[in-house]
Amino acid sequence: MSIMSSYARALAVQTGCAQPVATVRHVHLSAAPMVFIPLKLAGEAAAPLGALVGTDPANPRLLLVPQPRNRDLRFAFMAELAEVLLPYIEGFAGVTETVEAKTPYERCADAPQLLVPNRGGVAFAKLLGRSTRFRRTDGPYPVHPSVPVLGQWLTFLAERAEYAGSSSLVSMTDALALHWATGQSSMEDASLATQLAWIAPPDGKNGPEAALAAEDPLTSPPAGPETHPDFDGQVLVHAIQAYETSGSPAQIREALRSQLEPTWTLMWQGVRLLRGLPEAATVEARWARDRDQFTRETARLADGGFPRGRVDGAVSAAIRLADLESALQAYEAQRAFDDPLVMTEHRVAGKAFSGEVVAVDATRRIVPAGKTRPAPRPLVTIRTGDPVRLSPGRRLVSSRNRKQKTEIVDITGDLVVIQVNDQMGRGATPAPGSLPVVGDVVCYAELDPGGGQRPRLPAGEDTPWTHGGPPEPYMPTDEDAQEAWS
Amino acid sequence: MTRLDTLRGPAEPLDHNARTIAALAVNPGCDRRALLDAAGVDKQKTAVHVGFPAPFGQSPFAITRAKSFDALVKANGCAHLLRLLRDTLDLSISEASYADISDVGGNDDHHVRHTRTRALLKRAATDGDGAGTLFDHPLLKLTVAGHEVYLEPAVIAFQIEGRFHIVEIKSFAVIDDQADAGQVAAAARQSAVYVHALRALFAAEGLDPERVSHNVVLVCPKDFANHPTATLLDVRQQLAALERQLSRLPRIDRILDELPLGITFDLETQSPDEVSKAVATVDARFAPECLASCEMSLFCRAEARDNGSTDMLGRAARDELGGIESVPAVLGLADGSRLPSTEQLEIAEQLRYVRRIYTEAVA
Repeated sequence: MSIMSSYARALAVQTGCAQPVATVRHVHLSAAPMVFIPLKLAGEAAAPLGALVGTDPANPRLLLVPQPRNRDLRFAFMAELAEVLLPYIEGFAGVTETVEAKTPYERCADAPQLLVPNRGGVAFAKLLGRSTRFRRTDGPYPVHPSVPVLGQWLTFLAERAEYAGSSSLVSMTDALALHWATGQSSMEDASLATQLAWIAPPDGKNGPEAALAAEDPLTSPPAGPETHPDFDGQVLVHAIQAYETSGSPAQIREALRSQLEPTWTLMWQGVRLLRGLPEAATVEARWARDRDQFTRETARLADGGFPRGRVDGAVSAAIRLADLESALQAYEAQRAFDDPLVMTEHRVAGKAFSGEVVAVDATRRIVPAGKTRPAPRPLVTIRTGDPVRLSPGRRLVSSRNRKQKTEIVDITGDLVVIQVNDQMGRGATPAPGSLPVVGDVVCYAELDPGGGQRPRLPAGEDTPWTHGGPPEPYMPTDEDAQEAWS
Repeated sequence: MTRLDTLRGPAEPLDHNARTIAALAVNPGCDRRALLDAAGVDKQKTAVHVGFPAPFGQSPFAITRAKSFDALVKANGCAHLLRLLRDTLDLSISEASYADISDVGGNDDHHVRHTRTRALLKRAATDGDGAGTLFDHPLLKLTVAGHEVYLEPAVIAFQIEGRFHIVEIKSFAVIDDQADAGQVAAAARQSAVYVHALRALFAAEGLDPERVSHNVVLVCPKDFANHPTATLLDVRQQLAALERQLSRLPRIDRILDELPLGITFDLETQSPDEVSKAVATVDARFAPECLASCEMSLFCRAEARDNGSTDMLGRAARDELGGIESVPAVLGLADGSRLPSTEQLEIAEQLRYVRRIYTEAVA
């Protein structure tokens, strides 16, 4: 939330239609993403009720739990879900490419992508993963062999979803909010139906009218995972009862279909809208990170990797946190450099500026701190109309070359002088094309697409006593495998 | 008949509960909610009457689950609860007594129950024989906006060695020692209301209010099972916030003074249109958060939309826009068609700049 996006919201109110807050698409979209709309039973921690799932808009598969309180039926549901998801996920493991690096390695050419309606969907996928990954196929409460495998994959995907810029498990409302500002609050944007009503109102209606109509639970049931309380009381209760007496899930099937199908249509509408935007420059590179992680997880599971423990050890938690921060930092920077509209947010905040180059001193050489010989350190002067809130010494990145390090030397009035520190070749003078020339329109920002460096952390077995000492590696236990799910 | 009774009409007044007071304290600037609650108006029915039924409700499955969990924790003289109290509070409770104050000899009159609650709690506080004592459904009273209200109790007060704890039973799960942050926060806000009310009762009885602990015992199902687990929840922060907000609540008298004479929200005699107009005479402070907690929220949202108020964009957006009240004003300042007042000079300059580069980037 920034003054820019708030202004866009105000504009949306005035025009009656959502306004763009991005000019390019910042999420990866697979050719055939797996859309997954799960529903849960109200009041329970993680009792699945049903789901609509599939990669073909015309052919979704409806899964259901006719009596959501029955543990065996829940596991049957999970096994059925695994029948859909596992072949899809594991299908990507076979095709790999060799990545040119210092040590070349194999990476899957593509990876699975799950789309859920909202953040609730991501959280529920995580809970389903948590409640199934420890299960065993033998012992007191055996489950189908596919269930714990699916649990591990859902855990993996939900974990990826925490990394900024990952597109492995995407919440549709978040993806849409990244590109459009509606005339309602961000809280109301969590409802897929009203958000889409603002972005693409049906013919003859404007955004607010369509959004109001989309609040009717009869025509636009909630996108899950919670169902509408009225649906629960007036339809679902009776449908479950009918199943209890007749043994036929027909009534529940119809009931759930009525709740899920409208969302299914909306999900694919969202996919189409996002596809309408050209892909941003760094999406490919971020998707490669997703593919890297998918490749690693595939190999780990193939080696019989244990399910992730209930809690992280101190070192792995610190690593994870550092990686999450670095992913976020890199993502913010990449998004801004990819998209002038996103960059405007930083320009308004004074962390970036754009302007015309009015002078270049390419011959300047100084002895940099810590060095003995003079090196080229050219100065570039830019005239900008932006409210710059940076001070001399701050390091900036240029939109011309995101690897080039520069720093501010002076700011006087609307003139900013920056010193270029690298990426100029090895010669005594800067290589041709390595510097902007007078008349160029350039943009500099205090944003680092590199994401910074992970702090040095000890190995797990060297965890200091202050952090509980070396953690016991997680070993699956009988207790975890037989955990109650009531 | 007081002025508040006239406002409500002949209908029975509704009780406050911790949820409504917590919601009130979350939005202390809302005169409308303060007045309707003080008058005991049934907001749910009012909202339906004026054509804006509340956007939320409770699923029968959630209610059943909450009840069965509550019953499980309290079964066999609160056996589960005592075990949990021994474990979490590290108490050596040898024996415990249990008193239910949901009625007094079959009489569930508020006044009677409150008097009984006071008597029992005072005796426990002064005798303090060291034994654990549980008081279920204590009926507490609280002064809200200069008006006394009863608190519908959904908690247990637990006394051990002269110290009192509020025990709150919630049916959301704690999975791997983590629960949904939003639900824990809501539970903490509600518990703070009880702690506050219990302390008020102690103060009124001449007892030390500090004997009521700021650590609340939160009982929830553990992981995916129905098995209860207990956690101590420090509600000092929520308590401070609640006290601050309650003190900021406009005095009901002040609101009443500003109302036109002869106004009433009586649903029996007034048409929907008349009730709408009557409700509209009291200022509301809409925020999208209301949609999750206040029955009147859709009515207020429609009003905010009609007025082009920036409230409908959310508090964060409104703050980003410098607190300017209406959307036309924001856009007018941005395109220069409206002249800023002295205090709007800074935000107007920002908005003009935002408009310029936004238009540039979109084009």
